[in-house]
Amino acid sequence: MSVGAILVLAVGTYGFRVVGPLLRGRLRLPDRLDRLLGDAAVVLLVALVATSALTDGPHLAGVARPAGVLVALALVLRRAPFPVVVVAAAASTALLRLLGVP
Amino acid sequence: MRSLWRTAVDLLDTRTLRDIGLVCVADALVGASFGAIAVSGGLPPWLPVVLSVAVFAGGAQFAAVGAVLAGGGAAAGVLAGLVLNARLLPFGFAVADALGSGPWRRLVGAHLVTDESVAFTVRQGDPHRRRAAFWACGASLFVCWNLAVVAGALLGGLVHDTDAFGLDAAFPAVLLALVVPTLRHGDARSAAVLGAVVAVVASPWLPPGVPVLVALGALVLTLRPREKATA
Repeated sequence: MSVGAILVLAVGTYGFRVVGPLLRGRLRLPDRLDRLLGDAAVVLLVALVATSALTDGPHLAGVARPAGVLVALALVLRRAPFPVVVVAAAASTALLRLLGVP
Repeated sequence: MRSLWRTAVDLLDTRTLRDIGLVCVADALVGASFGAIAVSGGLPPWLPVVLSVAVFAGGAQFAAVGAVLAGGGAAAGVLAGLVLNARLLPFGFAVADALGSGPWRRLVGAHLVTDESVAFTVRQGDPHRRRAAFWACGASLFVCWNLAVVAGALLGGLVHDTDAFGLDAAFPAVLLALVVPTLRHGDARSAAVLGAVVAVVASPWLPPGVPVLVALGALVLTLRPREKATA
């Protein structure tokens, strides 16, 4: 991997990041579009949760990781504190792997 | 930088700061493993560090280095990383207001747009707290992540298999804990659930990073009821 390749990835990534902040500094968006952009972030984040919990590229993620995230979901719905949710998810997954669950 | 941090401390409750700290620790472990994996795969130590500072997106960094180490070549790695990072475009629009005004804040802040900083931002309602949460999370993660990559690249295999600690479950758990409380109104909630299902179902057929973009199609659910209401 060359410096050129890093540069292309870095510039491209920064390009994705900077378009929104630059454009929104220049124009005022209608409230509806504003709300839609907020909803888009939430839909993306939830889709990221689902894909990172259940899939490994084109394959399914096994059992230990989805089980840990399920523990997290149960705790979130019970309004458990953030550190409890995160540590419990990681610990459940780690424990299951220790027991040989894939 | 210091004044930004003080603003963040003043505006955010200690719980939010503690939550950001925890995410920094979890991400630092992943960052250290990234540095170690890259170097043990035969890449020079400066490479993961420069890549990490310049790209600052964990998934794309792993994808790029993974493609190179698997013999796929740099072009394949760069392409995989760019596709993964395309989601940063809609994220940039969504948190643009939280970066603050002035060209420098926008230009510097843009580099700190990550899944985590976006999730901490959408959790806040008040504009000042949105800004404080974005900068506190973005800046601390940038420092922790890159220091950890340096440590991993120099010290090698201290943290090699982060899966053994269940850290692969910690990432979705972090986003879940931050985003679920924001799913208050019904149409956004149905759009999020539909989007998640679509993304998972599409995963076997599309390259990583594209399924979550396809999920955005579910936003039509948030448009429909309002159109009905105005009709």
